[in-house]
Amino acid sequence: MDDQNHGERTPALSVHGLSKRFGNRVAFEDVSFEVGRGEVFGFLGPNGAGKTTTVRTLGTLIAPTSGSAVIAGIPLTPQNAVRIRRRISIMPESPGLYLRLSVAENLECFADLYQTPDPRESIARALRAVDLTDRANDTCASLSKGLRQRVALARALLGDPQILFLDEPTSSLDPVATRAVHELIDQLRRRGVTIFLTTHRLEEAERLCDRVAILNTTLRTIGRPDELRDQLFARSLTVTTLAPLPDPDRVFAGLPAVDGWRPDGRSSYRLAVSDPAVAAPAATRALVGAGADVLSISSLHHSLQDVYLELLGTDTSADERAGSR
Amino acid sequence: MSVSSRCIRAIVRKELREYRRTPSIVVAMTIIPLISLIQPLVLVFGLPSSSSGRLAHEHVLLYLLGIPALVPVLIAAYAVAGERQQGTLEPLLTTPVRREEFLLGKALAALLPSSVVAYAVYAVFIACVGLFADPSVASALLQSPQILAQVVFTPLIAAWSIWTGMLISAKFTDVRVSQQLGILAGLPTIALTSLIAFDVIHPTLGRALAFVAALLLLDALGWRIVSAAFDRERLITGTP
Repeated sequence: MDDQNHGERTPALSVHGLSKRFGNRVAFEDVSFEVGRGEVFGFLGPNGAGKTTTVRTLGTLIAPTSGSAVIAGIPLTPQNAVRIRRRISIMPESPGLYLRLSVAENLECFADLYQTPDPRESIARALRAVDLTDRANDTCASLSKGLRQRVALARALLGDPQILFLDEPTSSLDPVATRAVHELIDQLRRRGVTIFLTTHRLEEAERLCDRVAILNTTLRTIGRPDELRDQLFARSLTVTTLAPLPDPDRVFAGLPAVDGWRPDGRSSYRLAVSDPAVAAPAATRALVGAGADVLSISSLHHSLQDVYLELLGTDTSADERAGSR
Repeated sequence: MSVSSRCIRAIVRKELREYRRTPSIVVAMTIIPLISLIQPLVLVFGLPSSSSGRLAHEHVLLYLLGIPALVPVLIAAYAVAGERQQGTLEPLLTTPVRREEFLLGKALAALLPSSVVAYAVYAVFIACVGLFADPSVASALLQSPQILAQVVFTPLIAAWSIWTGMLISAKFTDVRVSQQLGILAGLPTIALTSLIAFDVIHPTLGRALAFVAALLLLDALGWRIVSAAFDRERLITGTP
């Protein structure tokens, strides 16, 4: 096995039991996960959950209290901080541009700090990527909030990073600009760039991310959005008929892949199923056999937002119970 | 550890561009030297030729060392607090720039314009005295040791002011508070140069060399203290 193959197989990010405390306050605790190379990894959680502190820790800005991490193949230690920062880029939530300087002057400074071999070409490429070539000579103060966000994104691309940390990259963008950023993330993924995406936009995470983690000081869950849905919510089918069934139990009992049923309205029924692909045709045949007029049979879809609210709702209830003691 | 000159140049270039376009810094770099220049010029132009003997015991030129004591501290006080105030510190610190490169870049960016301003004001003063003052007053004022002292002490005092300013800047988040404290910190240096200028402390070669050694030591100490105070985590999170 050569080094290159080994490098491709090792995760881009590997975090084990990472914690950060500020005095008595816990920012995040015992966080462990791995992110594969070229993966778009969503990092979700409410305000104050420790997302930004985690990103800052992985970006070598903050030292962890305990735990370990390997970032782009380099162990997270104070001695390795500069080497790690050469392989990553962080786009903070606030663009943080020098408003008195032009777009090109901002990027020129950062291209030199990243020591890019050909700064002019890097700047031109980054500006093309965010569609800002024609605004290169404008001062950043004259740009709208959305355009500033795009300049910050261009700046994050300058160092040709292996891992790109994006903190709320579309928070102040209009729908068209948001779509452009999503397309850019797709392009970067195809180029093999690992993207660590912190976002509050759950539909964005669902659309872009291969996997997501939900953090609320501790890691609440991690997995593919569809896996998380399956873990949290029982699979179910909703059956709607024109008129109520005289004896629903006789229709639904004993059907393959159907574990149970309950009424869900006057002529609607919720079936708990183990495999919708088997249960739906069987239920259809049974309903037709029973002479029912079937209006619809649909698999109930839970969004990532449902998963998020289910998990963090539990946390809130626990917090409230703890607070009332 | 190797320090990248390209990173230092990047910081210096960025800082100089910013300073040029920041009105408060341009005003500070103009007003302080003008005030420092006008007072000795008025003093010298008002002197009759009979006072040249008294001038031989005063060292008015050293009064101008107030410029490298005050101008750089105002610029340096902006260095970190300014970045933090406009939200640019975090993006800057996420780059591979080393602490030493960052600090050297910031320090050089403050040293270069303030030294240029100090030397330029000094040159204007000498030219004005040479052209318009009474010849006996001019010859009493323009003495080689004083000119040499100005050349040598300007960068040393400026460097000390810069480290003081940067230390304050790293500790305070508000630019104006940082600059006001910077001016206060520069006052002892001005008091010392004024005492020498008015011959309260008589300048001798031995004392000059001792001051040079003390300033070199303070500059080295300042670099170490500022390096130690420059902690990425504290700067980002604002924790003590």
